[in-house]
Amino acid sequence: MTPKHAGTRKHGGRETRRVLRVSTSPLLRVSLYLIPLAFLGLFYFYPLFSIFRLSLAPEGRPALTALRGLVSTSYYARTLWFTTWQAALSTLLTLLASLPAAYVFARYQFRGKSLLQALTTIPFVLPTIVVATAFTSLLGPKGWANQIPMAVLGLDRPPINLMHSLSIILLAHVFYNYTIILRMVGGFWANLNPQLEAAARMLGASPWRAFREVTLPLLRPALTAAALLVFLFDFTSFGVILILGGPRYATLEVEIYRQAVNLFNLPVAAALSLLQIGCTFGLMVTYTRLQQRITVPLQLRPRRITARQPRTRRERWLVGINVAVMILLLVVPLLSLAERSLSAGQQGYSLAYYRELSVNRQSSIFFVPPLLAVRNSLLFAGATVGLALTLGLISAWLLARQRGWLGRLLDPVFMLPLGTSAVTLGFGYIIALAKPPLNLRTSPALVPLAHTLVALPFVVRSLLPVIRGIHPHLREAARVLGASSWRVWREVDLPIVGRALLVGAVFAFTVSLGEFGATVFVARPQMPTMPVVIYRFLGQPGAINYGQALAMSTLLMIVCTVGFLAIERFRYGEIGEF
Amino acid sequence: MKQTALFLLALVLLAAASCGPKVTPIPTPTPSGPRTLTVMTHDSFDASQEVIAQFEAETGATIKFLKSGDAGAALNQAILSKDAPLGDVFYGVDNTFFSRAIQADIFEPYASPALADIPDELELDPQHRLSPVDFGDVCLNYDKAWFEEKGLPPPATLEDLIKPEMKGLLVVENPATSSPGLAFLMATVGHFGEDGYRDFWAQLRANDVLVTAGWEDAYYGQASWWDGDRPIVVSYATSPAAEVYFSEGAYTEPPTANVLGDGACFRQIEFVGILKGTANRDLAEKWIDFMLSPAFQADIPLHMWVFPANPQAELPDVFRFAEAPPKPAQVSPEAIDQNREKWIEAWTETVLH
Repeated sequence: MTPKHAGTRKHGGRETRRVLRVSTSPLLRVSLYLIPLAFLGLFYFYPLFSIFRLSLAPEGRPALTALRGLVSTSYYARTLWFTTWQAALSTLLTLLASLPAAYVFARYQFRGKSLLQALTTIPFVLPTIVVATAFTSLLGPKGWANQIPMAVLGLDRPPINLMHSLSIILLAHVFYNYTIILRMVGGFWANLNPQLEAAARMLGASPWRAFREVTLPLLRPALTAAALLVFLFDFTSFGVILILGGPRYATLEVEIYRQAVNLFNLPVAAALSLLQIGCTFGLMVTYTRLQQRITVPLQLRPRRITARQPRTRRERWLVGINVAVMILLLVVPLLSLAERSLSAGQQGYSLAYYRELSVNRQSSIFFVPPLLAVRNSLLFAGATVGLALTLGLISAWLLARQRGWLGRLLDPVFMLPLGTSAVTLGFGYIIALAKPPLNLRTSPALVPLAHTLVALPFVVRSLLPVIRGIHPHLREAARVLGASSWRVWREVDLPIVGRALLVGAVFAFTVSLGEFGATVFVARPQMPTMPVVIYRFLGQPGAINYGQALAMSTLLMIVCTVGFLAIERFRYGEIGEF
Repeated sequence: MKQTALFLLALVLLAAASCGPKVTPIPTPTPSGPRTLTVMTHDSFDASQEVIAQFEAETGATIKFLKSGDAGAALNQAILSKDAPLGDVFYGVDNTFFSRAIQADIFEPYASPALADIPDELELDPQHRLSPVDFGDVCLNYDKAWFEEKGLPPPATLEDLIKPEMKGLLVVENPATSSPGLAFLMATVGHFGEDGYRDFWAQLRANDVLVTAGWEDAYYGQASWWDGDRPIVVSYATSPAAEVYFSEGAYTEPPTANVLGDGACFRQIEFVGILKGTANRDLAEKWIDFMLSPAFQADIPLHMWVFPANPQAELPDVFRFAEAPPKPAQVSPEAIDQNREKWIEAWTETVLH
């Protein structure tokens, strides 16, 4: 399938539409459209509109005086510029670090692959302050990376000082987002037919040319989708900038938080939020146009025939180097956290802090047994996965069919929550969701709803390239053989999107476990999750508090890994590895 | 085209559904069963189960706590929800946010009889919209072992921090993002005056002061008695006592001590108030009386690591390590509220740019 093949795209697209027109009843389609739109309308646009109205026009008139500061200094323009270029650079570095690994994971089988893939997901769920602890215990003045050269070279000052620098921001962004590329691109790559590239090689193309002219064009939809998500995450980066980057760096998101929470300057916070959303929307519109040009029908293949053991020495090296990079970049910091949870503030190693987690020594009214925190986290994560997959499947299906102006408008809209400041939306909830029947401000239901907003773009982006790529002939063949539209969907579409659905499920799960989104900034119902418990311990001085925070963080890592491996198991189940 | 038409139909339906006649909820009569009092507060609030159970037994009501982020975020939420209050009572306004709370007009006056036992200097509101519950001092903690090992005298005053031998030793939190950071900035404003504090900070900057976003990363990430290598950190006067208490017996003496010189610390006073529009005014009053009563006051130190406002409340033994500064810096809440933004901007300009 060379780029020439892309010429059949239009043809394919038209057929897709024709098949669908016969197959779905209009009423069903309208009601399906309504579900994700109503969700976004109620839990995104309505709260956002409420807070913007209150902030920008408190007495019905625009609060222009408060906004004058925005244009009178160059500070905000500089902030926007920094936000943009650090995100671009971080995305580029993440791609460089993780694309080779995506290839290795797609094409080779090796021992420990599943576990390694699970471990790369963990950073996504860790609170920034915990990641900062991990980095400090490695790269800080008392970290191994400093202690060893100091001892060997006899230095009296630590040679490495990365804290509060641009380097650590970039490093942390790669650390957090590595998994996005690995999962989304690697997952897609795994189902591409390797014979295409082999054929090109047979015809005399160099490996590079075969990659550039055969594989890359096929990968592009998944690649741009994943890169876009990474960029948006970096663009709205908050904790990494604030805690690791230090006080000299600020993104729009950090500035919005400062204005909204510390200065309570709502007009400026709202204006900056709008700017951030505007940038996201602009980016998404460009992306959508670009992407429609590059979607090609795919011949997807089951992974058991696309991946194999590395055979030659070169292949073994390739796998080995990528695994080593992943271990150094992702696994070692996590292990150092686990190690600290056994040793911090005491002599030798013990499980003392883990035991302490289930003791309510202070007889505190807010004590949470660790298993209860785990259960709460898993309940919210389960609800988020269910909600995000249902809504995401409908949305992606809708978007795949809408290739006209409607699709170009709706596609960016589904991504907007990722570009929206969490504190702004959180404050929006407080104002908007105050009246029955929507008085959800203190309801536990708000948590999975808010997490779903963040998870939905991941699910949609994972699904869309695959749904768009389903070869229309498959559906036609099924129809010709007399299958009902439901049966076509269940037996043709679903098995093919199964893989992407799993990727989406993993992201929804991790987004919720890591407490992304507006719920951090609203009054929490009394169902404390693991991150909430970690923050509570970190708020007081002393060894037991610090140790328990590290122990709870380690539990969070374990729950994430186990949950991830459990989701992975599904692929042997009904929807199969296609 | 047909698709587009269908979609537009969907949109119209959606719009119609959301703009339909508002359903007025049928007013429910006040339930005669057990009542619930909702207390809005910040994430650091804590109390004993027994103490809360005592209040619930006395009043027959159930207490629900709503934690809403740090002190600033929680107060902002209370202000934003003023038309439909999230709770009956709000605890955790401190003197740096005092004026914001008063100006937002979200509290109802209530002169609790229990205020008779509270020292006058802690009461900032003559109309009793906010009543003082506890206070704590933001102070510099230093690593005793570190200074001993280097044979250096530890700092005793703010002025000591700009001596050449103190270069690269201090960690402070950013006043723009942290409550102890703001308190320490207030200490320097109070001590050096509006004309002198910028100068002091310029010298601290020349002396290589390190600024972190929050308390957690300053204390656990940078302090030399934890993962860092800096022996002086802005924390609380009670932190040395907490180090002993939470050490599992590893420490009998604190590893750290406070810099207690004139104006080196800033006193944060925390207040409680009844939120306007509460349907449970009688219960809310009882809760405030209870928070000021000896039972609750004596429970405060080990849970929140601050001092009870009522001087008659008994302090736990470990609080002998929590030294109170003889002369904390003084800045009035009105001055803080009027100048907060200006001072923080000036600080940012001096220390960061």
